[in-house]
Amino acid sequence: MSAADAIAVERPPPPARGWPRIRIVGHALVGLWMLFGLGILAYLIYAWNGEFFARYAPAYLQGLGTTLALVAISMVVGAILSLPVTYGRMSKDRFLSGLAYCYVYFFRGTPLLVQVYLVYYGVGSFRVQLESVGMWWFFRDAFNCGVFAFALNTAAYQAEILRGAIESVPRGQWEGAASLGLHKLQTLRKVILPQAIIVALRPYGNELVLMIKASAIVAIITVYDLMGNAKLAYAKSFDFQAYVWVAIVYLVMVEILRHGVEWIERRITIHLHR
Amino acid sequence: MPAQSIWTLLSWGPEGWSDDIAYGALVTIALALATLPIGLTIGFFVAWAKQSEEPSLRLAANIYTTVFRGLPELVTLFLFFFGMPILLQYIIRLFKPEATIDVDSFIAGMIVLSLIFSSYASEVFLSAFRAIPKGQYEGGYAIGLSKWLTMRKVILPQLLRIAFPGLENCWLSLLKDTALVSVVNLAETLRNAGVAARVTKHSFLFYSVAALVFLVLAILSSIATGLILRSLGRREAR
Repeated sequence: MSAADAIAVERPPPPARGWPRIRIVGHALVGLWMLFGLGILAYLIYAWNGEFFARYAPAYLQGLGTTLALVAISMVVGAILSLPVTYGRMSKDRFLSGLAYCYVYFFRGTPLLVQVYLVYYGVGSFRVQLESVGMWWFFRDAFNCGVFAFALNTAAYQAEILRGAIESVPRGQWEGAASLGLHKLQTLRKVILPQAIIVALRPYGNELVLMIKASAIVAIITVYDLMGNAKLAYAKSFDFQAYVWVAIVYLVMVEILRHGVEWIERRITIHLHR
Repeated sequence: MPAQSIWTLLSWGPEGWSDDIAYGALVTIALALATLPIGLTIGFFVAWAKQSEEPSLRLAANIYTTVFRGLPELVTLFLFFFGMPILLQYIIRLFKPEATIDVDSFIAGMIVLSLIFSSYASEVFLSAFRAIPKGQYEGGYAIGLSKWLTMRKVILPQLLRIAFPGLENCWLSLLKDTALVSVVNLAETLRNAGVAARVTKHSFLFYSVAALVFLVLAILSSIATGLILRSLGRREAR
């Protein structure tokens, strides 16, 4: 008897697939979701309004551009800002690490909305002083204030991601590189970061998704991003589909990103799968 | 407007705004605490569905988390705050024309935050479920406990202990998300601070106070969770 036969013989009989309660509940819930989806679809068809679409679709597209620009700029500026913060967090200097800790604690411990208000209304209230140092043109614009607050906020989160990733690389790697005569910066660039990036990719992807979701709140400080345009469309037309459409756009965007990050992660960890 | 000193503005009473902001802080805490049990319960059942062997149940639970983790919190809030009255009105008009519906912003906030909190908490519960070996269930069944009793007496105590640190993070982000409900006019911390800022023109001061309130709430929660964690650890050691 070959091995394959032995396995075939020993396999237990397939469990009977009847209709236990759990299966009924599961199908009922899936049915509910399908009903919900069909309901949304039916609503959109029923509420279909060519005029609404022609009028607001370009605005939505423009808003999407604003949202993406806001997130992209803040992510990049935040990434640059996160470097000194990470350095501070990891430094042995008590003062530096304390300072970086306070920075991170403040931006992670308070709502982003409060930070945005603090920049837009709070800093904006020092108009005279800002004008005297020639910074008023920057804080006058709500978009800039949004970018400013978002960049500071994401810098705190990104610093924690980077720190976690660097600390996940074992000490032996540092020591090994040092014994080969590489100096600190070289070690970081050639040895530590390539290993840390694999660990950091998923959290970075999550941060990007969180930023896209959080960017909706700049609509409150009068930036016409995707959400801002939806608010405007709703205020003008009292047509609820304004919000339904925007929800669909956000959901699609987030799903594409999430799957994109998963795909990249699969690609760059190919050498780790055996 | 007569120039008022900062200390008058921050005093307690009709002249100052501390009492309003403190009242707002209470609303913030109440909203977060009211959301917590609902969110935990839903989150637990969603996680339980996600790790069940029934594919349809898993699918339904996955759709739930995909939707509520994918939508921006603000969009979910607006969908409910503006959509619910329309839907409810439509349904109620079928029975009782002339009826009007107004959704309370506290209730709307509670529902939306529960949905968001539960979808994040379900991920935490799910990984805790996966950390519990199958033998624990089998042991429970072997001594004759029913499925429900095994879950309650054997799995749940371990599950909560494993999930606790993750749930702490969910709680902290719930606390921060309550600030969003200020947008639909719930008189919580940020809203009241905003009113104070608009009336007194001291925006920076009052938004800083609001930030401070949230920081203090975060610090208090980490102290509380530290205490709970220590007592959990002590029970484990015994």
